[in-house]
Amino acid sequence: MPELKKEETKAETIKKSALSAFAGSDGAISILVVVLGFVCGTVLIWAVGRDPGNMYASLLQTLTGYDVLRGTWNARYIGEWLTASLPLVLCGLAMGFPARTGLFNIGAEGQYIMGMTVAQFVALYGPKVPGLHWLLALLAGALAGAIWGGVVGWLKGKYQVSEVVATIMLNYVAYYLSRFFTMLIPEANTYKTQNFPKTALLTDPFLDRITNDSRLGIGLWVMLICCVIYWFIIERTKLGFQLRATGFNREAARCSGIKVTRSLTISMAIAGAFAGLAGVVVALGSFNYGRVISSQDGYGFNGIAVALVGNSTAGGTLAAGLLFGMLASAQPLMQSRNIPKEITMIISGLVVVFISLRAGFRMIIEWRERRAAQQKRGERDD
Amino acid sequence: MSGNEKAAVPQSNAKQGSGSERYAIEMLGITKVFPGVVANDGVTLRVKENEIHAILGENGAGKSTLMSILFGLYEPDGGKILVKGKEVKIHDPNEATALGIGMVHQHFKLVHNYTVTENIILGMEPRTRAGNVDIASACKRVGELSERYGLSVDPKAIIDNITVGMQQRVEILKILYRNADILIFDEPTAVLTPQEIDELMQILKLLKAEGKTIILITHKLKEIKEVAERCTVLRRGKYISTFDVATTNEQQMAEMMVGRAVKFKVDKGPAKIGPVVLNVENLTVMGAKGVPAVKNLSLEVHAGEVLGVAGVDGNGQSELIQGLTGLLPVQSGKIVLNGEDITHASIKERILKGMGHVPEDRQKHGLVLPFRLDENVVLKDFDRQPYSSRAGILNFGPIAERGKKLIEQFDIRAGEGPATIVKTMSGGNQQKVIIAREIDLSPKLLIVAQPTRGLDVGAIEYIHKRIIQERDKGRAILLVSFELDEIMSLCDRIAAISKGEIVGVVNGEDAEEYQIGAMMAGVKLDKKPAAAKIQGGA
Repeated sequence: MPELKKEETKAETIKKSALSAFAGSDGAISILVVVLGFVCGTVLIWAVGRDPGNMYASLLQTLTGYDVLRGTWNARYIGEWLTASLPLVLCGLAMGFPARTGLFNIGAEGQYIMGMTVAQFVALYGPKVPGLHWLLALLAGALAGAIWGGVVGWLKGKYQVSEVVATIMLNYVAYYLSRFFTMLIPEANTYKTQNFPKTALLTDPFLDRITNDSRLGIGLWVMLICCVIYWFIIERTKLGFQLRATGFNREAARCSGIKVTRSLTISMAIAGAFAGLAGVVVALGSFNYGRVISSQDGYGFNGIAVALVGNSTAGGTLAAGLLFGMLASAQPLMQSRNIPKEITMIISGLVVVFISLRAGFRMIIEWRERRAAQQKRGERDD
Repeated sequence: MSGNEKAAVPQSNAKQGSGSERYAIEMLGITKVFPGVVANDGVTLRVKENEIHAILGENGAGKSTLMSILFGLYEPDGGKILVKGKEVKIHDPNEATALGIGMVHQHFKLVHNYTVTENIILGMEPRTRAGNVDIASACKRVGELSERYGLSVDPKAIIDNITVGMQQRVEILKILYRNADILIFDEPTAVLTPQEIDELMQILKLLKAEGKTIILITHKLKEIKEVAERCTVLRRGKYISTFDVATTNEQQMAEMMVGRAVKFKVDKGPAKIGPVVLNVENLTVMGAKGVPAVKNLSLEVHAGEVLGVAGVDGNGQSELIQGLTGLLPVQSGKIVLNGEDITHASIKERILKGMGHVPEDRQKHGLVLPFRLDENVVLKDFDRQPYSSRAGILNFGPIAERGKKLIEQFDIRAGEGPATIVKTMSGGNQQKVIIAREIDLSPKLLIVAQPTRGLDVGAIEYIHKRIIQERDKGRAILLVSFELDEIMSLCDRIAAISKGEIVGVVNGEDAEEYQIGAMMAGVKLDKKPAAAKIQGGA
């Protein structure tokens, strides 16, 4: 009798732990959510009477450069996909890093604009030394973003200013500052400046060669290095420990002697640097003239979705950024194949909505546990 | 007893009065399941009409859940409820009220800037013919009720201006006003001074004399012994037994509650008192309302002694601790630790200078719940070698090692060892994690607040033992607790706090409960305050 009971409980614990492992694994749920998004997208295309196969052909071509219908191959598509993904990944990191510290950085857009604007100035007025010029632009852009973000973290720690409100406001400040100062440049008109000198551009001859002259450049390395830095700081350093502790329980962190204001400031500054770099990568990677922006590019906001799907981990954010980048850069191909390009936005939107399934999953598991407990009682009573 | 826990039907109580007694409440085979916990597992409770029936059990035994079901706050997953012999389904508190069931909650539900009468009639205001609220007649009725049950409550007083004990009586009046004849009291003495507890006991007896049926939820044996006739014991959600209080002694009751023999007294030798470690002079700390919560407070804690701060919740204890640990800024006064002025030192500096802190709210201030056990253990020194390198990189090896060592030393039950997520651990083991962390840092001063709140008796015994061990190692210990029993059994000196001031200090050995109780209520003693008897030295 007792043996039987033991086995029963053992089987039960295994089942339970399997269930909770799935509930605990946010990565598994993210993948599930993405799959669901695509399923819905497919059904939608089919429902409006188009061929979903065309969408997948476009996506395949974006990812690999291979055109199934024509049997041709062009590596430029890969380059363009990665180029589109760079600011998304970087802005995802800018959202994810503060999220791990318990902050909601809705201001990646503003930090991105500051990075972009400062980089444009460095590009136009900096020392035109090959190798140094673009590096200086990158550093200046990162610094500008870091200041733009760090101020918010400091205000939050020192005066309990809501970071959400502060960052939204600073987005507008950054936008108008950027327009104002860029238009002061003598040769600038209402939408662009003169061309940048070659030394400022983030081109990489090696990447140009292997991606058939796509716009992909040094930004790729910047993005990859940032992912590694993100992972290293968060998971391996005492700074990351401090930030994560602050993120999970600010009061306990304070009680343990962690300087919370400092944590919040550093966290937002690092996030701002990521977003600022995204700005530089777009400004000096995808354009060869300075832009007087007439609207916000939106990468900062898309970064929120990227971080959400990527669970604010370095690897997850990278994967999610590449996914959203793929959807964005597949749009023209889809349109040429009679698939409404809006479908990609619908899929991205659905993915974000479905992320809420995470909570739903937990509810299902709780419900099952409850039922199991009730059944167990019923059996004993019989 | 333990082998047959399904024997949920209480023995007939032939010796209790006549055989034709009726039950006011019968809860038969009640089951309530929360995610991951079976809070009530086939519990049976039978309360006779016009008796005082106690429900005894440790924290988490399922007492409050059972009563919440009776009051319609939860729906049971199994079992049935009979009120005065009729089967009923109680879906919400209004239905419970209609059945004559009233509940005095542990945390009062009163509107603080309303008068007593306004609070009582809230939700069922009598109207005049013109349609206005008829305060005058309500006031009169409240006055009558108060007089009849000996509550001496002023119907026109504002809630903010009356004591906690009075507020509780307002809660009682509230349910009497709604014509309840079955009154549930959920841990009613938790917030009262000893004197107020005595008065409450008288009120309970009077209510019984007036024909009311009373259910008293508690884990305090003394109170049961004093007022209850019968008692039902719950343990870990299960029904254990129902017995006559008169024929059962406290030791037996404790054993039924805990499931094993219990030691009431903490083993401790005389204190070897050393020099002053903590010296607090004229400390003033602001509370949340912008008024000083700690006023001009002075105290000394010596090495090798436990100084207890006794008081009713909300008399400045939290602010005192937060001022000492640096969580709240100090308005005026001086804090000296080991001869060094730390009045305005940062939290980190205080930790480095040898201040340990077991916080009052362990989950809010003490632990990072989603972190692993070993990460919580190094929360205060993760930034030092060997836990991180000079370059700022964490060394996971030594961190896990430290976790493993403390799990062994402090007998922490953690399913996955150092990797256990603290959130998944029981309250007692969470508290052990904090105690382990603080003690292992070898602080010169250990500030311990409410170290055993919500813990089971086993964990309480262990934590008390550890605190005494630290004292015997020559550490200074400042203990703040709302449980007078805990203070009395652990402390070498006891300081009573009331409204942010130390009313008096007495020696632990010759302290009398009534005397501390009086000081907790703000009554000053004529005697000179007890100074620590310094031994050893030269």
